[in-house]
Amino acid sequence: MNSVRAINRKAKKVEEIAVAERGDLRALQTVQPKGPGKVYHPMGCTLNFTPGWEVDISGGTAGLCQPIERDLFDCYLGCGWPAQVPDHLNNAPDWTDKCASAVNDWRKVDIVFP
Amino acid sequence: MSLVTETQEQTYHSGEYHGFTAAGVEFLYMVPSGSIFALEGMGKRVLELLAAGALQRQALIDKLLEMGYLLAEVEATLQELTEIDAIDCGAPREETFAVPLQEFPLQRVVLNVTNQCNLACTYCYEYSEDRITQPAGRKKFMSADVAEASVDMLFHESGNRRGIHVTFFGGETLLNFPVMRSTVEYAKRKAAKTGKEIEFSLTTNATLLDEEKIDFLSENRIGVTVSIDGDRELHNSQRVFHDGRGSYDVIVPKIKELLKRHRTNSIGARVTLTAGVSDVRRIYRHLTEEIGFNAAGFSPATANPNRLYAIGPQKMDNVLDQFTELAFEYRDCALQNKQHGFTNVSDTLKELHSGISKAYACGAGLGMLGVGTEGNVGLCHRFVDAPVAQMGHVKQGGIDRKARREFLTTHHIGARYDCHACWARPVCAGGCYHEAFIHHGSTSAANLHYCDWIRGWNDVCLRVYGEIATRNPEFLNRFGEN
Repeated sequence: MNSVRAINRKAKKVEEIAVAERGDLRALQTVQPKGPGKVYHPMGCTLNFTPGWEVDISGGTAGLCQPIERDLFDCYLGCGWPAQVPDHLNNAPDWTDKCASAVNDWRKVDIVFP
Repeated sequence: MSLVTETQEQTYHSGEYHGFTAAGVEFLYMVPSGSIFALEGMGKRVLELLAAGALQRQALIDKLLEMGYLLAEVEATLQELTEIDAIDCGAPREETFAVPLQEFPLQRVVLNVTNQCNLACTYCYEYSEDRITQPAGRKKFMSADVAEASVDMLFHESGNRRGIHVTFFGGETLLNFPVMRSTVEYAKRKAAKTGKEIEFSLTTNATLLDEEKIDFLSENRIGVTVSIDGDRELHNSQRVFHDGRGSYDVIVPKIKELLKRHRTNSIGARVTLTAGVSDVRRIYRHLTEEIGFNAAGFSPATANPNRLYAIGPQKMDNVLDQFTELAFEYRDCALQNKQHGFTNVSDTLKELHSGISKAYACGAGLGMLGVGTEGNVGLCHRFVDAPVAQMGHVKQGGIDRKARREFLTTHHIGARYDCHACWARPVCAGGCYHEAFIHHGSTSAANLHYCDWIRGWNDVCLRVYGEIATRNPEFLNRFGEN
């Protein structure tokens, strides 16, 4: 902010919220800009919790991760989105061992029974 | 109507804030959020223009463009000032009236371990003409059983809160030292079992301190507040034994021993200001330089204005002048990273630094409750065994949730119409319930008799805060990290 400078702790919170609300929509592959005023709202995912997330925020598929096979890894490794995939930390650490490249090998991921 | 047209027709007016200047910088204290901003560049111009009256958006922009600013700068500034509520272009907003959940976790109980006292101070709110507690016919001393039930209530009602606190109070607390000791031991055992962190404090007139008690306080890291009103002459004019003798010469050697032997927690002096005892600087010097306290806090006696000892408005103005001088002394120390023991200013600075915005004047009834000798739960230690603001019994069902809920609903700042336009409400929120009850007959009344004083004092503290924030901001880290 240029016309006012946050001084106490509450002011810093108010500023944080104000800047966050200005926000910015960016596609997943875009390099995220650093610095104040650039809060990252991912455009590639649906923003409501609908397991399956077949459509993006606009109701189409154009904004989904591309290629869409990458959704699998982008979501459960990169985004922290609770994707419906096996738990790779404890119960199925090697379920994607045979899948070196998702675009080519996605059929080789293991089937894991809960 | 298009969005553009709507925007152009917006009318801007000043938001709610208190402006103040310190170290050559202009600041805004925002109400009701309690945030503090320094004004820079065009921000000042915008607020000056709107101070003269509301303006249409386009008229405001035109005036700023005439001053030589660029349109993009102007738009960014208007957005920023709107975001922090320094200017407003909508309908007046209603303040939210959020009564906390019934399950607000308890943080502190104040145990009035006795209603007896070996002193007969003129202004005492337990024994003076203005008393609201009704000790007659009740047990004079709290039993270990009741004290332990109070501790159990604290543990149970504190929910997920880890840090909890027991304050011992009276009467004269140390008249019931055995129960205080057993309660500390009981609470510590319970804390060890449950994984909570427990702290203790007590308030005392210091007459009964001896080596054994001091060592106990030190070993258990018990914070101590000593009631003392200044040098011999001032102190003895109010704080006397039942036969009229002053207590100064009895307590001072004991206090010095306490300050020497007890090094594990803070020991502060608490001064009650009355008609004859209002020379704040003299008292502060005496307590810190001659007796050796690191910290001293001052508060006027709660009294009906007709009492002889009541401190009238004129004396209170003089007290504000003296507070101001001490606050500036505090500021000068802070700029050199030195400690200053005037706790009235450090307590306020801490609140200003965090940006507190109080829904309630204090924690009474919310995170804090008082318990009387027989186990009755009251709003705070000043309301135990009183005819009003009762909230249950430690052994009979604990907190009376209905009474607590009703109290919190009727005492919320949103329900205090008198306070709704005051810029000091984020820190004051209407003031002490006990003071309101004595002066205005109701705990829910705002303390309108000291509004000017409170605004004056908060303005002083804001200026001290602004100066420290500008010239030595690192000092403020001691009030909590940013």
